[in-house]
Amino acid sequence: MGNHRVVIEPHTTDKNYWKDLWKFRELFYFLAWRDLLVRYKQTAIGVLWSIIRPLLTLSVMAFIGWLFESNIPEGTPRLLLVAAATLPWTFFSTAFSESANSLIANSNLLTKVYFPRMIVPASTIIVCLVDFLISFAILIVLMVVYQYTPSINMLMLPLFLLLALITALGSGLYIAALNVKYRDFRYIVPFIVQFGLYISPIAFSSQDIYQSERIPEIIKWIYSMNPMVAVIDGFRWSILGTNDLYLPGFFISSAISLFLLFFGIYYFRKTEKSFADVI
Amino acid sequence: MSKPIITVEHLTKSYVLRHQQQERYVALRDVLANKAKSLFKGGTSTQSTKEEFLALNDLSFQINEGDRVGIIGRNGAGKSTLLKVLSRIITPTKGKITIDGRMASLLEVGTGFHPELTGRENIFLNGSILGMSKKEIQAKFDEIVAFSEVERFLDTPVKRYSSGMYVRLAFSVAAHLEPEILIVDEVLAVGDAAFQRKCLGKMRDVAGQGRTVLFVSHNMAAIQNLCNTGLYLKKGQLLASGNSNDIIHEYLKDAAEAHSIDLVDRKERQGNGVLRFTKVFLRDAQGTTVQALQSGSEGSICISFENRSGGALQNFVFSFGIDDEYGNRITFLNNELTNQVFNQVHQKEGEIQIHLPKVSLQGGHYSFTLFSSVQSEIADYIIDAGSFSVEDGDFFETGKIAPSGQGNFYMPHQFELK
Repeated sequence: MGNHRVVIEPHTTDKNYWKDLWKFRELFYFLAWRDLLVRYKQTAIGVLWSIIRPLLTLSVMAFIGWLFESNIPEGTPRLLLVAAATLPWTFFSTAFSESANSLIANSNLLTKVYFPRMIVPASTIIVCLVDFLISFAILIVLMVVYQYTPSINMLMLPLFLLLALITALGSGLYIAALNVKYRDFRYIVPFIVQFGLYISPIAFSSQDIYQSERIPEIIKWIYSMNPMVAVIDGFRWSILGTNDLYLPGFFISSAISLFLLFFGIYYFRKTEKSFADVI
Repeated sequence: MSKPIITVEHLTKSYVLRHQQQERYVALRDVLANKAKSLFKGGTSTQSTKEEFLALNDLSFQINEGDRVGIIGRNGAGKSTLLKVLSRIITPTKGKITIDGRMASLLEVGTGFHPELTGRENIFLNGSILGMSKKEIQAKFDEIVAFSEVERFLDTPVKRYSSGMYVRLAFSVAAHLEPEILIVDEVLAVGDAAFQRKCLGKMRDVAGQGRTVLFVSHNMAAIQNLCNTGLYLKKGQLLASGNSNDIIHEYLKDAAEAHSIDLVDRKERQGNGVLRFTKVFLRDAQGTTVQALQSGSEGSICISFENRSGGALQNFVFSFGIDDEYGNRITFLNNELTNQVFNQVHQKEGEIQIHLPKVSLQGGHYSFTLFSSVQSEIADYIIDAGSFSVEDGDFFETGKIAPSGQGNFYMPHQFELK
């Protein structure tokens, strides 16, 4: 019984937090499982939605890229180039927006049961990850159609997926915690997602930005501060293997992803204790 | 048996009430606006509108292993806040709590139930939310299903369940928790009477296994039934703790005194309002207002009313329902039963007097419900309008009174031996 001793005091940082998080891992699975089960209940085409949505984004973005004659590397089909960006972007945008709203959506749980709150946004992201894996079929089909053989770089893909996960989790945690207190973020989130679609290299490629002579240096720096730039460039590099990574931009962007994760966790943990009071 | 399992020291939880804002959450706009304002004014612009509210005020107590603790108090006394702090949902402002055991809390029936999921899926989800492991749930699955009596609908989404089925399933999951400490908040007030009895039985089993139970309820009978010790909270403070019967007695005594029998401002009432009850009071045989009736003596219950119809009240039926301390209806006074329906009531203000030639209630506290109808339509209906006391008196004129705990009534009787 002694190992169940719990001391509750104000303002003490919980030393057992990470241990608790591990102890509650089953709840984490169950919440993810619930969201997966519920996700496409009472829809006519069900899980096809996780393919249709990225597919539509893909067609529009490819069309825009074609319209503005954005550069494509020699021998790479445009659809494949855009697909390699659309999939991680769709993952990020759904994971980010759903985790940002997850605490509010589960407010009945927060006010009635104790568990490490981080489980809620984290389990939401898992659901989006499953969606992403399903939508990966699009890329495979395109590769078969274009008879495109993936290079050895493909082995690095999980690493970039992890980077996407980190970005989504970090920003999701931060916004979720803010959202509990300031409901304004319910309106800010869709805006960030919409905005991100245009400033991330989806319709175009990062080369268009970095190699352009019309764009001032400062804009290029700002551009590379978008954490999704590293994710998307990484995806393209590992899937298509042709275009080289612009390393300085890549590192800035990944550093910002990591910073987002740490800051997200920090802020979440700092405010977590008052969630049930204010939600 | 007497090892402390929960120790609470100087527990305080305060909330800051901001009188400016209506919403519980803040809009970023307001924060920015206030920040901007305070830039110009020097930072103290919002201070004056803050007020501290102590939901829990310096509580200290100990709960021993195997104790079954009833927590009582009026609405807003801090009972639920206390349970939430103990269950780690909210953090205290001051103080320290030490808990030595695996704890599960049940603050609501069916927390996390998802309407789209089937009964089977919800058992797993809810069980996990309440802190059971998947293995535990699997092991107890059949038992849970049998207890809930919804076998046939196990694979139907719970949104198609009747509310009774929903509650039964939810409680069944909770009833199969096996923590060392169980915290339960007023969840027995659901379901039909038969299921409630079953739940109470289950709770008693849990308590009987030597587990520690903390139980909040307004149902004194349930607390009396289940608990051996009690905590009485009032306005965030611990007023008394100890033997549950003593605590209940104290609470009820307080409740009877606190109950204002002035009904003018009463909001929870039903009816079309052609008539309003305004006051209830007691008179003794001489007609003087008294604090309590006395068993065996003459007295009357008086109810003032206001005629708001602008004319005469026709066919005015009046009932006075009397409940015991546990909320059970024990008798009913009614002017139809006595063939005294008031046919024409012209006066704007009046007083109904119910004469009791010989009060046959035993000593104790009783609450009452007022009902009136005018021309067969409910005019004013106040459930649990207030309470009154009866002092034990010499009903049989023998100088002897019934020992306490022997029911509510005296019945005239004679003995004969043949």
